[in-house]
Amino acid sequence: MTRHTLSVLVENKSGVLARVSALFSRRAFNIESLAVGPTENPDLSRMTIVVDAESAPLEQITKQLNKLIEVIKIVELDSGAAVQRELLMVKVRAPMAERTQVLQTAELFRARVVDVNPETVTLEATGTPDKLQALLAVLAPLGIKEMAQSGTVALGRGPRSMSGAGTLRPVERTA
Amino acid sequence: MTTTPSEHAPQEGAAPQAATREAAASLTGVETTARQLAAAVEPATGITGAESLVRSLEAVGVEVIFGIPGGAILPAYDPLFDSKVRHVLVRHEQGAGHAATGYAQATGRVGVCMATSGPGATNLVTPLADAHMDSVPIVAITGQVPSRSIGTDAFQEADIRGITMPVTKHNFLVTDAAEIPQRIAEAFHLAATGRPGPVLVDIPKDVLQATTDFSWPPRLDLPGYKPTTRPHGKQVREAAALIAAARRPVLYVGGGVIKAQASAELAELAALTGAPVVTTLMARGAFPDSHPQNLGMPGMHGNVTAVTALQKADVLVALGARFDDRVTGDLASFAPDALVVHADIDPAEIGKNRRADVPIVGDAKETISQLSEALRGEREAGRMPDLTAWWAQLDDWRERYPLGYDWPEDGSLSPQYVIERLGVIAGPDAIYAAGVGQHQMWAAQFVKYEKPGSWLNSGGLGTMGYAVPAAMGAKYGRPETTVWAIDGDGCFQMTNQELATCAIEGIPVKVAVINNGNLGMVRQWQTLFYEGRYSNTRLHARDADGKPKPVRIPDFVALAEALGCVGLRCESKDDVDAVIEKAMAINDAPVVIDFVVGHDAMVWPMVAAGASNDDILAARDVRPVFGEGQV
Repeated sequence: MTRHTLSVLVENKSGVLARVSALFSRRAFNIESLAVGPTENPDLSRMTIVVDAESAPLEQITKQLNKLIEVIKIVELDSGAAVQRELLMVKVRAPMAERTQVLQTAELFRARVVDVNPETVTLEATGTPDKLQALLAVLAPLGIKEMAQSGTVALGRGPRSMSGAGTLRPVERTA
Repeated sequence: MTTTPSEHAPQEGAAPQAATREAAASLTGVETTARQLAAAVEPATGITGAESLVRSLEAVGVEVIFGIPGGAILPAYDPLFDSKVRHVLVRHEQGAGHAATGYAQATGRVGVCMATSGPGATNLVTPLADAHMDSVPIVAITGQVPSRSIGTDAFQEADIRGITMPVTKHNFLVTDAAEIPQRIAEAFHLAATGRPGPVLVDIPKDVLQATTDFSWPPRLDLPGYKPTTRPHGKQVREAAALIAAARRPVLYVGGGVIKAQASAELAELAALTGAPVVTTLMARGAFPDSHPQNLGMPGMHGNVTAVTALQKADVLVALGARFDDRVTGDLASFAPDALVVHADIDPAEIGKNRRADVPIVGDAKETISQLSEALRGEREAGRMPDLTAWWAQLDDWRERYPLGYDWPEDGSLSPQYVIERLGVIAGPDAIYAAGVGQHQMWAAQFVKYEKPGSWLNSGGLGTMGYAVPAAMGAKYGRPETTVWAIDGDGCFQMTNQELATCAIEGIPVKVAVINNGNLGMVRQWQTLFYEGRYSNTRLHARDADGKPKPVRIPDFVALAEALGCVGLRCESKDDVDAVIEKAMAINDAPVVIDFVVGHDAMVWPMVAAGASNDDILAARDVRPVFGEGQV
């Protein structure tokens, strides 16, 4: 699988998420994850889209995204040149006899305990997808009751930004 | 130095044909829209949203709206009653949409249709999808249930913005009456510029009824929309160098050349390069069929020379074309030896189906003229190709595999003959609109097109029922021009109700129904690929044994008369010219001719769906021999 992370600035208007997600489905492009949120500019939202570029060439995906009128700018974030994080919340079976093991695992992964009861512990962890996968692999034998995971959010490293001065170079609009 | 045969010789600064220039002068859609969007109009205060809508449509220069009123859009119809914008009351919203498309294709201006919420709006979906596939600039205005009712499954509620997202260039739901002028201006700007396309503006009833102010021109707020029209100079020079070094070049011309009104520029490029030109289904008329460099139409039902020229080319120059599957056949074996120059205004088309060696994003008019400029430089440097051998090969194919047809063995009328005669008698000044199927392919093959905007059809979506309403829109936009709908009997039964509109509104279109009593193209596939098992393709009445009954259902002559048209019928070769001439002489009413033709005629040549263009059949079981050694 070839994963690419696209950071997409869009107009903060109703229906934009529907347009973007519908575009991926009707053109048979695969989305690994999609996260949307506000930006420092209230008129803009940022979508972080992780795509599986084996379903279609990345170039075709970005060109089709650029055709959407409400898409302002697209930047591909290389994993080396960007910080990428996901948020994981996981409810683990933790009876008193095994609780220490759960808490030690949490500490190893710098996860925080956000809820405790006699039967379970809920952990919150952030990190790269690989780190969270590793955490889940360690917790799985203990018994995962429930989990929720966000899509990837990412920002380019260094002083430049996508919308301000000295902007990151957008994915080419022209061929 | 060049030793091209004289009729193909590059001509110094060849003057664009007068006819082409005249047609181009009448097609000024983008400029008109831009001018109207910038012109100041007297402001108004304390008016309704509906009045603001009608004033906006007037300000943007709308001449005519095709539509049907209904509950949610009703407020808009009241001020429209007093407006200089004319409204043509159609009989079905699909007719309104295709009429707007035909109007846009014939005039180059933005076509406009209007419908109410729910079913009125959903009936526009097919023409919107059609216009989207063929990049036609239209704007659809729909009424929506009142804002407070949205999402409650209210009477005649449909989420038309959601429904049409994949089939429009863009769409809007207007939530505040103050936004109306801006949204209308944006809709027309988006429809007409860049790669043209349909835009829908959905307006809830309470927004139409609200009190608001109107001022014009509004500010356009489209920060993410910046179409590239000016080609990159370096890419153009690379393309010119590739063309100058080519031994078997082909100019592969698509509908973008017509949209960009670039026929004069194309004529110059053709003269400069001496290269053969193929015009796709969407580009018929972009380059005169009478021109010796025009090889005609490529594709599934293209002629052998045009299809094979693409296959054997060493350089393909795609201008406003999109490597559609109906042109390329099996993509992996399409034009295997060709380097590709791909010029298109839509960057997403470049590299979508076929890798481009030299991609050029830009408007076809500007791109082609810059390409010619760069090629003049190549010529001055003595680097133009010698195409003698290539033309000898092409001319040999043309001679051996001309377009043609056989008369039916049962003595019935040949549909190809009817269409060929229609093209000769109505001539290149007429506009021809076709439905979809066999008659469409024959109309593309056997009518000779000389001017852009004279051939209208549903190329991408393949919408049966397109012809009659599109002809209506074209005739409205160009009333001095003869407009023929060439339709099949299957297509005609989908949208002929618009002939009532034509009769009442004084839009005298002419319709040639190529009546073979069958869904002819589907029948052809059943003949070729389903052992002649004619499942559900017979439209004529038949008895229990499947034998045709001697009754006409419907009787198209009687139907035409019932719809307020003149109805004529022709069943024999000897009457064809006379009946066409009779129809040509009637200019105060729509005319329908029922041409009763044989049902066994097939469209040839043919590349079977999914097959390689190398496997083209010139006729049934006739495989051309290409003389591989010669090129």
